[in-house]
Amino acid sequence: MKIHLQTVRRQNVTTSQTIRTVAGSLLAGFLTISIVFLIKGVNPLYAFGRIFGGSFGSFYGLKETITKSIPLITIGTGLVLAFKGKFWNIGAEGQLLMGATCGTWVALNLGPLLPGALTVPLMFLMGFIGGGLIGAIPAILKVRFGTNEVISTLMLNYVAAELVQLLVVGPWKGETQHGFPYTDDFPQSAVLGLLPGSRIHAATLVLAIAAAVILFLVIYKTRFGYEIRVIGENPDAARYAGINFFKNLLIMMFVSGGIAGIAGVGEVGGIHHHLSYPFTISAGYGYTAIIVAWLARLNPLLVIVSGFFFAGIKVGGDAIQISLGLPGATVDVFNGILLLFLIVGEYFLNNRILVHVIRRGVRAKEGN
Amino acid sequence: MKRIRSLTLDGIGKSFRDVHANSDIHLTINSGEILGLLGENGAGKTTLMNILYGLYQPDSGHIIINGDVTRIRSPKDSISLGIGMVHQHFMLVQNHSVAENVALSFQQSFFFPTKPIHKSLLGFSEKYGISVDPEKLVWQLSAGEQQRVEIVKALLNNADLLILDEPTSVLTPQEAEELFVILKRMKREGHAVILISHKLEEILQVCDRVAVLRKGALVGESDIKDVDKKGLARMMVGRDVVFDFDKDRVQPGKPILRVESLVIRNDRHMEAVRNISFEVREREIFAIAGVSGNGQKELVEAITGLRRLEQGKIIVNDEDITNLSARTANNMGVTHVPEERLRFGIVPNLLLFDNAVLKTHHRPPYSNLFFLDYPEIKSHARRLVDTFKIDTPSLNTVVRNLSGGNIQKLILGRELSGNHALLVAAHPTYGLDVGATEFIRMRLLERRKNGGAILLVSEDLEEIYELADRLAVIFAGRLMGIVNPAEVDTSDVGLMMAGSLDLLKAGR
Repeated sequence: MKIHLQTVRRQNVTTSQTIRTVAGSLLAGFLTISIVFLIKGVNPLYAFGRIFGGSFGSFYGLKETITKSIPLITIGTGLVLAFKGKFWNIGAEGQLLMGATCGTWVALNLGPLLPGALTVPLMFLMGFIGGGLIGAIPAILKVRFGTNEVISTLMLNYVAAELVQLLVVGPWKGETQHGFPYTDDFPQSAVLGLLPGSRIHAATLVLAIAAAVILFLVIYKTRFGYEIRVIGENPDAARYAGINFFKNLLIMMFVSGGIAGIAGVGEVGGIHHHLSYPFTISAGYGYTAIIVAWLARLNPLLVIVSGFFFAGIKVGGDAIQISLGLPGATVDVFNGILLLFLIVGEYFLNNRILVHVIRRGVRAKEGN
Repeated sequence: MKRIRSLTLDGIGKSFRDVHANSDIHLTINSGEILGLLGENGAGKTTLMNILYGLYQPDSGHIIINGDVTRIRSPKDSISLGIGMVHQHFMLVQNHSVAENVALSFQQSFFFPTKPIHKSLLGFSEKYGISVDPEKLVWQLSAGEQQRVEIVKALLNNADLLILDEPTSVLTPQEAEELFVILKRMKREGHAVILISHKLEEILQVCDRVAVLRKGALVGESDIKDVDKKGLARMMVGRDVVFDFDKDRVQPGKPILRVESLVIRNDRHMEAVRNISFEVREREIFAIAGVSGNGQKELVEAITGLRRLEQGKIIVNDEDITNLSARTANNMGVTHVPEERLRFGIVPNLLLFDNAVLKTHHRPPYSNLFFLDYPEIKSHARRLVDTFKIDTPSLNTVVRNLSGGNIQKLILGRELSGNHALLVAAHPTYGLDVGATEFIRMRLLERRKNGGAILLVSEDLEEIYELADRLAVIFAGRLMGIVNPAEVDTSDVGLMMAGSLDLLKAGR
């Protein structure tokens, strides 16, 4: 008996096939994660119950989930834009940190002089510019020198992280922080207002939703979005059509990085109220947002949903860390496995696998 | 080993989902015979041959070899049965020598089989007139020689039945003649040959019998002496086809495109175009003939703003567009039907209406400074679909799902809409079926009549003779002559394409 596999590209992918594939990928991911829990001696059903109970099951959990979904949604929409242009921006973490740094500079230097109504918009503006500038560097490198953007964006994450670290232990170290590596706390005018009884910084939440809606319109209704999609889907045709790569990729990455920068301002202005160690500021939002964008199938509006979902996993992950005594890295394993299955699902969505079973002269065929 | 004396396809049927690629096909080929397999694109020729080659399994029917029902499960099976296939695109390792490329057929020997290879090549040369130098590297060979290496590979695998898929598409007329001589000698030695083609002349010239496929079914089978070109075309398309277009006599007007002393480098920084000058006038189709890879691609890219010049000048409507961008060239009136249309001409994963404005989306009425005007774009797409008879389920169809002919109609329609001064058309009918080809040629002539200047780059001499008012032949980056096709016969053009006749140097 021989088994013969053959891949055939699908002509049409329907919405229901897409939904079924994404659901199947998530299910397969959860089953695999169950194995991890079993190895750790934890009943997977109980663990999942704790995770989603922790994040969606209580009023407190829900508030925390919304808080954590703010940076994920914001960064995720920015990544969708870059991914539409097939520009693999892995650098959102660094772009977030640069946004946080620039926002901090405004807060500490202009905050004491200006009212909140001016300081906060200025912080977001500078954060956008800061994230945008570091985001634009890989675009320039790619168009001018052909540098692979995965490498350059990833490397810039470390540059940004080291820069933040340098600032908080060096020149920006706060005199009022008793030797801790923090900047001084932000003046009241630079602190983002919270929804009562929660840590939800409303201004950033509004910006996150607005970013998703605006980018949806940009991608599907504007000349710029059209040119980005053409560049992403077929660079040869884009060149043939006379589309300017340099201008478009530069703007695209400035916006993508800038939006991550806004998330950074939200974190320092809404949660921490000072700049500190990079891993304290971000908790890997820049990386998780890659999966957020992917699960949303590069639709900015769906990012709102998928960002909320992954924020839930993050909050639930903290919960099981405490209640089940599992290491904090469990959530990263969780996310990694889900991304893997989503990518594999993408392949099966676009290709049909034909299985031919050949048994001495008798053939059976199964389609998948 | 048993030789194939006869091979019969007995009621072969094959469906992909709801599409009947082949239905109930009965066909026999005997040794010592050349069978032409004729059909438009999508008629099912390739599916049928892939079944014969073991890549697909038929849903119904049998393959009968020498009277026995035989199952072909994989290309390995088919090779061991004595079936050989020469694909349209050669499967050779470019940086290896001919000997190294054919050595795969001598898998038994541990050491490199230098002697057996030389011996067999000598044998083939005597028997069939196939001569190739085993020491040469493949990239140094012409397309015709590479094809001979492919045939040698098949023969080394003891192929009794040789299938050739569109074998002349990459050859000069002389090379095609040489191929036909080889095929006829193989036939005399008792081989069976299946020639897949959509060129009616060559089917009539070399085949003994012809089978015509249309929409997956066998619509005709005949001895070659009983058919003529018109009849074959009618069988293939299902209606009468215009061969001699009524080319209106029109007087060319002022020059639209002038190129002066162009020198262009290719991607490997070698000079691909060396000092070329010509002009294309209003109401004129100026054709550039030549085997592909002689600088046509670089020339077209330079004129359309996609490649920088090393030297020279390009002038369109008295404006110098040398080394300006592709968008500027387009704004100045240059439109372009690119070769490799799937790669350059469309964005396969975007929708039909998105693709309808690929090069004009940045101009009113399709967009203002920021926003695209989708209602306007869709009505434009609707007009293209109607005027160019594009067969599509809707405007929201992903272009990847259209057939090659319909994609080309979309591209041509897009490039012909708007009043552009110059159309650069590279291989506009390459790989298209007779129906689509006819349609596209008529559109080009219509454009010429309405005052357009057309630069036509093609390998297809039949097309050039039908359309062109003037003809330039390019070889190794130089023009070998600019002639009136009515005054020069194809064999001279063939010699120019092979670089053996240089009218410009000869001072004519």
